Amino acid sequence: MARKVTTGARIGWSIAAWVVALLIFFPILYAVITSLKTEQEAIAGFSLIPSGTFENYVTVQTQRDYFKPFMNSVILSVGSTILALIIAIPSAWAMAFAPTKRTKDILMWMLSTKMMPSVAVLLPIFIIFRTFGLLDSRVGLTIMLTLINLPIVIWMLYTYFREIPGEILEAARMDGASLWKEIVYVLTPMAVPGIASTLLLNIILAWNEAFWTIQLTTTNAAPLTAFIASFSSPQGLFWAKLSAASTMAIAPILILGWFSQKQLVRGLTFGAVK
Amino acid sequence: MTLKTFLLGACSALAFVATTASAETLTIATVNNGDMVRMQGLTSEFTKANPDIEVNWVTLEENVLRERVTTDIAANGGQYDIVTIGNYEVPIWAKQQWLLPLEGLGDKYDMDDLLPAIRGGLSVEGKLYAAPFYGESAMIMYRKDLFEKAGLKMPESPTWEFIADAAKKTTDRANDISGICLRGKAGWGENMAFVSALNNSFGGRWFDENWKPQFDQPEWKASLQFYADLMKEAGPQGASSNGFNENLTLFQQGKCGMWIDATVAASFVSNPKDSKVADKVGYAIFPSKEGVSNHGNWLWSWNLAVPASSKKAEAAQKFISWATSKEYTQLVASKEGWANVPPGTRTSLYNTEDYKKEAAFAAPTLAAMQAADITKPTVKPVPYTGGQFVAIPEFQALGTTVGQLFSAVIAGQSTVDDALAAAQATATRDMTRAGYIK
Repeated sequence: MARKVTTGARIGWSIAAWVVALLIFFPILYAVITSLKTEQEAIAGFSLIPSGTFENYVTVQTQRDYFKPFMNSVILSVGSTILALIIAIPSAWAMAFAPTKRTKDILMWMLSTKMMPSVAVLLPIFIIFRTFGLLDSRVGLTIMLTLINLPIVIWMLYTYFREIPGEILEAARMDGASLWKEIVYVLTPMAVPGIASTLLLNIILAWNEAFWTIQLTTTNAAPLTAFIASFSSPQGLFWAKLSAASTMAIAPILILGWFSQKQLVRGLTFGAVK
Repeated sequence: MTLKTFLLGACSALAFVATTASAETLTIATVNNGDMVRMQGLTSEFTKANPDIEVNWVTLEENVLRERVTTDIAANGGQYDIVTIGNYEVPIWAKQQWLLPLEGLGDKYDMDDLLPAIRGGLSVEGKLYAAPFYGESAMIMYRKDLFEKAGLKMPESPTWEFIADAAKKTTDRANDISGICLRGKAGWGENMAFVSALNNSFGGRWFDENWKPQFDQPEWKASLQFYADLMKEAGPQGASSNGFNENLTLFQQGKCGMWIDATVAASFVSNPKDSKVADKVGYAIFPSKEGVSNHGNWLWSWNLAVPASSKKAEAAQKFISWATSKEYTQLVASKEGWANVPPGTRTSLYNTEDYKKEAAFAAPTLAAMQAADITKPTVKPVPYTGGQFVAIPEFQALGTTVGQLFSAVIAGQSTVDDALAAAQATATRDMTRAGYIK
């Protein structure tokens, strides 16, 4: 039986939700506002009213090339996501539908790799990249981003796959489906919401990754994170320009998130209610 | 198409491909300073004169640049052919053989024209390891109108006693004007740059000849107490979070009677486009304490160097020679005006009449730079070089830790005595661990 919710409670919860949402979104909003201020206004103190200048966007465009890092961001985030899914779907299938005694340990081990600070492995990774000629290359960085996000992708897919009744796959097998057909034609279509949300989340994570993308690139493979970092200045004012660069860098991913929010929410709550 | 035309076309195409293939690409790591951005814009002049060299720029945040370059050099990555580094790093990196000596700058490169103080800081055992792109010392920038109103006249060589008095007299809390704006934000290159120079001018030092920290000595107590009192009585609100950029804004908006900071700021505060007080600014040399002959010895330069891991050292030195030459200065002057040329590296610039006419801060800047000697930064003998910093690898971390302790004093969260005691303990521990104190 549904619990009765009073109007007062509904309004209260709505306000609370709005406040939390605004708090989370506020840094982004303030960056956009700051990008429309002059440098003097930006550093003068807290204010929500900008003078409305677009000069910073013009300066950012004039000083640096936006298109190349933008394309690099697209290639790296999409490329690493596709690669991660290709590896993760069969892995998650194996763990969800053919678990062994060690499956849980493997899952925990994969997650544990995320607990190590990236800087701890900077030098070995750098030397490996140098040895194989992968420094400042899109291929190298795509592999790197795939590897660092792979544990999360496998975990998410594993969770989604566990919600799918194994009997359906068994039925497909009894009908003569090969393993490949079982994964591609039976499992994947049923897990589309989960796969889609994993894909979107991974794109967002790869787009925003700002340690390896700055450490392992110089000019050819540098994505938008490096583009933003280049506007920080040791002498002279830069907050407004930095905000303009940040806004330009996050705009594509914000738009993607906006249009795919239904899919994201659907995927993230997939299996929450049985 | 005749065979002859075809062959000619093919030869031209081959020649083009050969030229393109033989072009060397230099990767230059730099910071986002106005002068550096200007240099990037003028690079086409260099590549036009050197069609066999292409230039790629990597602009990074200052600390990220240090991390990236040190990783690259340590692992022999060879990603950068030229790096932009400060005069703090140059001697340290040169001694570790991370940089190549600049021996290929060419015959036309007038090395003797480089300001001696700057050149000295970039040389190890007589060899130049980095070429200065622009240099700076520190000086007083003050509001002539506020001084006049308060009946004050800036002396030729002001003392801290005069500065304290003038700061109090020009403070006007009702109109939100602070008598003095100084760095308070924690960091080895932020508040500690100022505080170290202040302490030098008070006769103090970071370490004695045996590397024993000196925070327990009366000079440190006097200088830090002076700084804390001055900021309390005549400094702006929230001074503990003000660095170069914050004070620049305050001064440009007419909120400071005085600002003591890097000489490079003079071109910002005197630019009517950004500064409300552009026509009211006077300049004077960094103060000294009565009875102590020392003006702080603040000296900084941004320099271009070739990392030992570069595989294109010859082309790299060619670029450095161009970017730090007298001809480059002329080029900037012709395109952007004399006030925008990179200052503080060459004597000839300060003999240029056009520059002196257009940049009112030229003479005080030169005076400030000539007064700075990083080879003898303090009155008492010391085992290190460096003015507003100590040129040892451990200084970045130690300077920042001590900077946090001193910033807490300005924020009112700690006392001078407590901060000095903590600084002494930290510095003693760090220097012992690093093997300086036996």
